[in-house]
Amino acid sequence: MTRICFYFQVHQPFRLRKDYDFFNIGHSPYYEDTVNNRAIMRKVAEKCYLPMNRLLLELIHRWQGRFRVSFSISGVCLEQFQLYAPDVLASFQELVKTGCVELLGETYYHSLASVYSPKEFSRQIELHRQTLEDLFDYRAQVFRNTELIYSDSIAQQIEGLGFRGIIAEGVDRILDWRSPNFLYQPAPCHRLALFLKNYQLSDDLAFRFSNRDWPSWPLSASTYASWLHQVAGNGEIVNLFMDYETFGEHQWAETGIFEFMRALPDFVFRHPDFHFVTPSEALEQLQPIAKLSFPHYVSWADLDRDLSAWVGNPLQDAAMERVYALEDKVLRLNDPNILHVWRKLQTSDHFYYMCTKWFSDGDVHKYFNPYHTPFDAHIIHSNVLSDFETRLESSLFSGQSPQSQLRPSLTP
Amino acid sequence: MRVLMFGWEFPPLISGGLGTACYGMTKHLAEEGEEVIFVLPKAPESLHRPGYQVLSASEIPAHSEEDTHPLPPGVQVWAMNAALIPYTQEHEYKTLIEQHQQSTTSKADSEASIISLSGHYAHNLFEEVQRFAEIGWRLGVRPQYDIIHAHDWMTFPAAIAAKQRSGKPLVTHVHATEFDRTGDHPNQAIVAIEQEGLTQADRVIAVSHRTKHTLIERYGLREEKIDVVHNGIDPQCLVDPATIHKGFREKLVIFVGRITLQKGPEYFLQAAARVLSKDPQIRFVMCGAGDMLPRMIEQAAALRIQHRFHFTGFLRGEALDRLYGMADLFVMSSVSEPFGLTPFEALRYQVPVIVSKQTGAAELLPTAIQVDFWDIHAMAQMILEFCNDTDFARSMRRDEVSTLQRMSWREVAHKLQHIYRRLVLT
Repeated sequence: MTRICFYFQVHQPFRLRKDYDFFNIGHSPYYEDTVNNRAIMRKVAEKCYLPMNRLLLELIHRWQGRFRVSFSISGVCLEQFQLYAPDVLASFQELVKTGCVELLGETYYHSLASVYSPKEFSRQIELHRQTLEDLFDYRAQVFRNTELIYSDSIAQQIEGLGFRGIIAEGVDRILDWRSPNFLYQPAPCHRLALFLKNYQLSDDLAFRFSNRDWPSWPLSASTYASWLHQVAGNGEIVNLFMDYETFGEHQWAETGIFEFMRALPDFVFRHPDFHFVTPSEALEQLQPIAKLSFPHYVSWADLDRDLSAWVGNPLQDAAMERVYALEDKVLRLNDPNILHVWRKLQTSDHFYYMCTKWFSDGDVHKYFNPYHTPFDAHIIHSNVLSDFETRLESSLFSGQSPQSQLRPSLTP
Repeated sequence: MRVLMFGWEFPPLISGGLGTACYGMTKHLAEEGEEVIFVLPKAPESLHRPGYQVLSASEIPAHSEEDTHPLPPGVQVWAMNAALIPYTQEHEYKTLIEQHQQSTTSKADSEASIISLSGHYAHNLFEEVQRFAEIGWRLGVRPQYDIIHAHDWMTFPAAIAAKQRSGKPLVTHVHATEFDRTGDHPNQAIVAIEQEGLTQADRVIAVSHRTKHTLIERYGLREEKIDVVHNGIDPQCLVDPATIHKGFREKLVIFVGRITLQKGPEYFLQAAARVLSKDPQIRFVMCGAGDMLPRMIEQAAALRIQHRFHFTGFLRGEALDRLYGMADLFVMSSVSEPFGLTPFEALRYQVPVIVSKQTGAAELLPTAIQVDFWDIHAMAQMILEFCNDTDFARSMRRDEVSTLQRMSWREVAHKLQHIYRRLVLT
């Protein structure tokens, strides 16, 4: 039997104001581009979240539980649903209620805390766990780190936190001759199972679907199902992991992506040995076939599949170090507002915008970058941090309630 | 007297000190009773020309500065759409002039990139200079002016053409030479144009003795042909200093200028890093745009001083004045600066200045602290002394501010009138 495991990443950052210049330092605690964040959330809601959620619900009902998917939704995204798109949140809640949808755990802030501060990493995982419980009455079993950032040490920490599975990129340089279509076990772990993304079949949808230069364009559901069926007999699970925004936002409705997905389960089921599963269901059915060691960090980003989308150039490294250098000070104040603002400054997107790898991956960076250049992104993040540090210092020195000084995120 | 003046920038279309100087000159010439026709090129807004060395002024996104730079009576500004000229018949030309008798302003992009203004020469600048020369040629027929006055090399071909056709005397005014801009790696084509303008001129005005010296040494000009006229300064503050509040406690040291080789931004940055290693309670701002800005931002990050070293991008008008008003110390680290207006702009806000010895401004500030641009250790030492010794800073400031009183544009206008009259009457 071969299982198809869909997992969708749902994330939107709190983007910073493009006009947060030097003159705002020490004067304005309003860091976020509320207008733009709302506009983007509404746009993506209309183009992707609402129609795709509707479609998934329709498929779940039509196939009476045989069609199943999983999501990881970042905390900052869930927060923006509550602020700008309660209709989207309601539709996710409805999906989860069907019992055919699994939610994965992650860091609330979609951060790189896993790399910079293991303690902060587990605190942000706990915050996300709490949020899933509050909003969905749901307890996540399987973990998905920010942008599939993964290593042996991360797996070890995740096992310690009680998760049963973890998701990573099926990187060629690690897999070598092995297939991603089996369950593995992280080298240092004994209970945790490892799901590896089949990037070939995932990227056919996420990146190539609308590419007219691609020999397989236009891709039909029956063709794609036949590619999946080729795994029969030499794989137990095909992990199709992608951004949820693939549906309707990266691949516009006009490309036929919705019709493709509507038709896909039917074609998949034409092979009697094929089923859809969520990660925790797979854990009930499968055993890891081997241990696999990832001594270095990998991710699903860019061609490099490493951390170089977020760190590595001086702009990114300096900004990242500066944020995490504030950890002790911020924790000492123990003020929920200040903590929240500081953690939102850790969101990986801020550092992604500072990436100076311009070539083929640079195009993707450019597409998602609200700023003109990586230098603008760095300066704005830096100005905001300068203001934040100034406020932090004055509340540490004066001992006065920082709440009165720092109203985060929302413009008046 | 009627003066036909050729320039490359004029408020609100300015990228640096040249436009400000042209404004000061024309305004006060007009006040002294002269008439000035100021001609500058206007490039099509859509023209994208990456990778070269100075933007034409018209590419700088303009915002409304009519209030701060009202057009003085007696001055006409003709922003000529130079790109259109070669395809225009003589009889259409008159209409064209009428259409362009006011410089038009484009809407500012409030969210423009911090590095979008390269502060550098445009891609087909030579072509533009050549087209501008055609305007000069056309303005040479039936001249309604007594003298021609041209500012820097971009306008020299236009001025020479006007002179050749009209027979009117020509004054060329040197605000910067190619040697200043490039740090001794000149573009020979530009040097050739400069040379031609200086040779064809009846008089040459240098903005400093330093520049006069360059003209003699590098261009072989006769000393007798050159008059030194230091620029003036408009003492007016655009922002009431009482309304300016710094959002932090640290002292603020600023650099204002194009972020290009000529201005020596990396020496300021390196000095700042040294200062911060001794005293982290000082902040720095690098204000300006230019081809070296990305590298400066990267270096500040690499040195891990970005928490104390800020970048504002290009500022002007009230925003720039607000920065001056916040500053405790101004540093000009130019490698080669014929004059250098910004220290005097800072002095309007009682901000003491350190200037590099390689500036014309140093001639006017004999009591100011002067330092070799490359001596980052001395620069750092002086910044530390300034920030920690308030008595020292106060006395420096008193001496330096008094300089401003001797720098009126009216005085400059008188000197120009004198030069004009000598030429017209001979």
